[in-house]
Amino acid sequence: MAVHWRTLLTALPLLLSLGTAQAATLHVDNEGEPGSLDPQKSANHWDSRIQKAMFDRLVDTAADGRLIPGLASRWDVSDDGTVYTFHLRDARWSDDTPITAEDAVFSLRRLLMPATANHNANLYYAIHNARAVNRGERAPEALGVKALDAHTLEITLDHPSGYFLQAMAMGEAAPLPRHVLSTTKRWIVPGNTVVSGAFTLGEWHPQSQLTLEKNPAFYAADTVALDRVVMYPLEDTNDAIRRFRNDQIDLSFAQVPSSRIDWVRAQRPDALRTAPWAGEYFYMFNVRDGALADARVRKALNLVVRREIITDKVLGTGMRPSHRFVPEAMSGADGVTMPGLDAPYAERVEKARALMREAGYGPDTPLTLTLRYNTDDDHKKVAVAVAAMWKPLGVTVELYNSEGAVHYAAIKQGQFDIARYGMVATVNDPIDLVGSYAAGGSAAAASGYQNARLDALIEKSAHTANAADRRRVLGQAEQTLLDDYAVLPIFEYVSNHLVSPRVQGFEDNVMDEHPLRFLSLAPPSTPSHSGE
Amino acid sequence: MTSTTTPYRGEHDDTPLPAGGPNPPAGPDKNTGESLGREAWRRLKQNKAAMASLVILTLMALICFIGPHLLPWALDEVDWSNFQTAPSLENGHYFGTDANGRDILVRTLFGGQVSLSVALVATFVSLVIGVLYGAVAGYVGGRTDNLMMRFVDIMYSLPFMFLVILLMVVFGRNIFLIYAAIGAVEWLDMARIVRGQTLALKRREFIEAAHALGVGGPTIVRRHLIPNTLGPVIIYVTLTVPKVILLESFLSFLGLGVQEPLTSWGVLISEGKDMMESAPWMLIVPSVFLAVTLFCLNFLGDGLRDALDPKTR
Amino acid sequence: MLSYTLKRLAFAVPTLLVVITISFFLMRAAPGGPFDGERQLPPEIEANLKAAYHLDEPLPMQYLRYMGNLAQGDFGPSFKYKDFSVTELIMQGFPVSLEIGGLAIGLALLIGLPLGVIAALKRNSTIDYLVMSLALGGIAVPNFVIAPIMALVFGVLLGWLPAGGWNGGALPNLVLPVIALSIQQIAYIARMMRASMIETMGSHFIRTARAKGLSEVQVVLRHALRPSLLPVVSYLGPAIAAIVTGSVVIEQIFGIPGIGRYFVQGALNRDYTLVMGTVVFYGALIVLMNLLVDLLYSALDPQIRYND
Repeated sequence: MAVHWRTLLTALPLLLSLGTAQAATLHVDNEGEPGSLDPQKSANHWDSRIQKAMFDRLVDTAADGRLIPGLASRWDVSDDGTVYTFHLRDARWSDDTPITAEDAVFSLRRLLMPATANHNANLYYAIHNARAVNRGERAPEALGVKALDAHTLEITLDHPSGYFLQAMAMGEAAPLPRHVLSTTKRWIVPGNTVVSGAFTLGEWHPQSQLTLEKNPAFYAADTVALDRVVMYPLEDTNDAIRRFRNDQIDLSFAQVPSSRIDWVRAQRPDALRTAPWAGEYFYMFNVRDGALADARVRKALNLVVRREIITDKVLGTGMRPSHRFVPEAMSGADGVTMPGLDAPYAERVEKARALMREAGYGPDTPLTLTLRYNTDDDHKKVAVAVAAMWKPLGVTVELYNSEGAVHYAAIKQGQFDIARYGMVATVNDPIDLVGSYAAGGSAAAASGYQNARLDALIEKSAHTANAADRRRVLGQAEQTLLDDYAVLPIFEYVSNHLVSPRVQGFEDNVMDEHPLRFLSLAPPSTPSHSGE
Repeated sequence: MTSTTTPYRGEHDDTPLPAGGPNPPAGPDKNTGESLGREAWRRLKQNKAAMASLVILTLMALICFIGPHLLPWALDEVDWSNFQTAPSLENGHYFGTDANGRDILVRTLFGGQVSLSVALVATFVSLVIGVLYGAVAGYVGGRTDNLMMRFVDIMYSLPFMFLVILLMVVFGRNIFLIYAAIGAVEWLDMARIVRGQTLALKRREFIEAAHALGVGGPTIVRRHLIPNTLGPVIIYVTLTVPKVILLESFLSFLGLGVQEPLTSWGVLISEGKDMMESAPWMLIVPSVFLAVTLFCLNFLGDGLRDALDPKTR
Repeated sequence: MLSYTLKRLAFAVPTLLVVITISFFLMRAAPGGPFDGERQLPPEIEANLKAAYHLDEPLPMQYLRYMGNLAQGDFGPSFKYKDFSVTELIMQGFPVSLEIGGLAIGLALLIGLPLGVIAALKRNSTIDYLVMSLALGGIAVPNFVIAPIMALVFGVLLGWLPAGGWNGGALPNLVLPVIALSIQQIAYIARMMRASMIETMGSHFIRTARAKGLSEVQVVLRHALRPSLLPVVSYLGPAIAAIVTGSVVIEQIFGIPGIGRYFVQGALNRDYTLVMGTVVFYGALIVLMNLLVDLLYSALDPQIRYND
């Protein structure tokens, strides 16, 4: 009965959309409206999904997140790790102009120019003179980037960088169509855009939908299975789940929130894809003054938090309890952990009480702390649970939630006792997280944390070319942070996506990278699929 | 005649209040005022829906303010063995628990305290400002009136939601301060209503008489004008309280609600709406409390309007 | 009438100027800036961003710059949606909001007015209570609860309509959002109509009409309806302006590309230019709506003449 009604009433619009879509069309919830399709002008990860589909990089990302050759068919690295030579393949822009090393030079210079105001420019500071260019102290031409010939690009670094190739695989580093940018001010709107990647920009209705069409000029066009991808900027996860259930979308890049996870697990276990993700959910301590300047207090607060209750009972989204700062799934050192957390819980509580007494806090001298979090139901749940766990220590917690802009501004200015923070790595490298606690790092600036040993280790890692050695050094830095109880790690993120079983080529990976060019769509397996 | 942007009916009416008639409107002397009250009460009592609403609202307020003391759970008490459990008689959570293992009934009752209180605070503030502003503008008249009402026009053109969001952001933590501030933005309607009434009243004999007797302006406003606008004001209050309760829930939806561990109906419903399929009690319990309250407030408001407005006999 | 209209329009300019000025400084007074996000930016990058948007200039300077651009009809680029100017965003979003809002108000009038009239004529009877309970149902539960329930029931469980999305404004996509948006308005309009109808029915001229021996239907249709509509008309002006910009909840829940979200998201993300653009637009809209309402008012109520 329901099927009849459904057919009758929804046939028209669906037929309209299917009429042109005999070809493979993937409908995707892309979390939010793109801030910009210009790969160098925005930093949202949902923007970069579109940007990367449109603009191939010298180094590309495979379906499983590994780095693979992109516009460069191969590259050489000098022995000291400071000179990279990329050999570009014979590829063409969608308007049939050849893609040259000059395009890559143009793009990297533009990336670091102050006027571009790129959010991730600091990931490229290893390039010779990059920082000076970005500060406006040197001309863009001073950048250590050079086209040796039309197909050869040489990049000189000041020091080896463990994640340089990853940075080159990011949207920011994509060669841009120099010939279009120099003539067209609004080059990134439908009609004007010239691309190098697997898809071109079709229609774009802001806040409603954006269509990507297969680019026949893409060098590997014959491997691209999808003819069209429609991206919907759904801000409300419930909207995404409803449309997924209604077969209006095949794939949701939004994270399934804890409020919906039970339902999804029970009703659509076939569609839930859970995988470790390179992000750490932690509480930042402001160690400048007051009780939190005392490592004993920070240790006590750490000891009594039962991470597994938060991950399993309060959230239940599959997050993994964390006892360290760099998620296990990332390429960090082994064996790094916060001391004292593996003791039985009762012992931990005893120890914590003792530490609080030593620090001068007890029933008669209670400690009051403010815990800030940004507005979100899941952050609230975690904060409430943690506050309840601290209560037996005689710690009174005032919860303070504010919207993102206020929350992060307060953190930046050091106006907090304890603040919720989520760090998702931009590149799969421990330095992206640990480095923030070194001198000059954002977390160090916000929390007031200083440790010369950690600074020295971070500095040392920058000059260690051997990958294994470097990882060990960064592991020591991470351990230093944990020995100081400078943070309160809570859990390691997982990604939770709804992926229709029809979608193929979606491979779980720690960076949550799912290039559209590797996805394909199996024909509907059941006749009950809507409208057909 | 000049017009403010949104005409209020009393303002355009050349004969705003019926002169004779069996029930003269509030007059200058106390006796008539009291008889108006008694008359209104008599008429209110005839309205079954309004009376039932009055009773239910009283009960609701009592339950919300006394109930939590009779229940074994505290507002922010976590029951570590009962996370997100359905209503049950055995574990003592008669309306279930939330994702943090806190008792839904206790939180709903506390939420009721907050929702009702903020609504009253906001309404009270808007009432005080609106009545004073409107009475002064209407009584003084002329250029002052014109200027004052132009200011109201400007305030009207400012998007209310925008102001409220900024207020939430600026005041952040103190919920009562926020709602006092919201009240300070909400008074525009009240000012217009009172001004309209005042304009109409001040041409009536008793005001002119008071004037002739040498009674000062402020005294006339205080003693004669404001008391005589009581009817519309009471109606306005019963309309504004539910409006603010809904506004509070809307702000909670945007994530600008009360701070933990305090809660409100809006916050609870906003949390519950995502759970409608997995933990429906989290949505249903606070929604029922809110719906009953809003229903009753609206019926009572309509009843009071019918009873107090002399034209609606 | 014409001179009155012109005078009102002339007054709109200073009104808008004050509105813009207040909003500009209020927005800047709010803590947090457009670049404060989860990823804390290194100082040099933040400096670049601020310079790119002239946020490094003193505030009065920024104000003058904004006003100067505004005078040339330029709302500036959006901070958050960088590929579009604020004007483009508003021009794309407004027709959508207008369509949904207009249809919702139309539907609300269609249902709310008769309900109000019936309730008024059968005052304090069971029918009155029943009708009003029905109407008030719309404001007894917040629309952010009703809307997802509707989407769940009619979109997902019954599969009659799309669960969300705009799809270029296709009819099936319109149904749920319009109904969800109108529910509250039905309640307000029905109540208002009931109250004003009761008031009218008690007035002298209705008694006179009855005394002339007109049937009750004639009395209602020919004499009572028109004056009773006045308060509803004066409500409509602000209501339309509010519903067009304030359908935030509905837009978010159904994923509809209107301007309501720009307004709230812009304010929350400190997208200064986008917020200012919507504020100016809203201010102009409300001035215009109020003018229209007043003109309509005078057409309905012969006692009012705008001739000064």
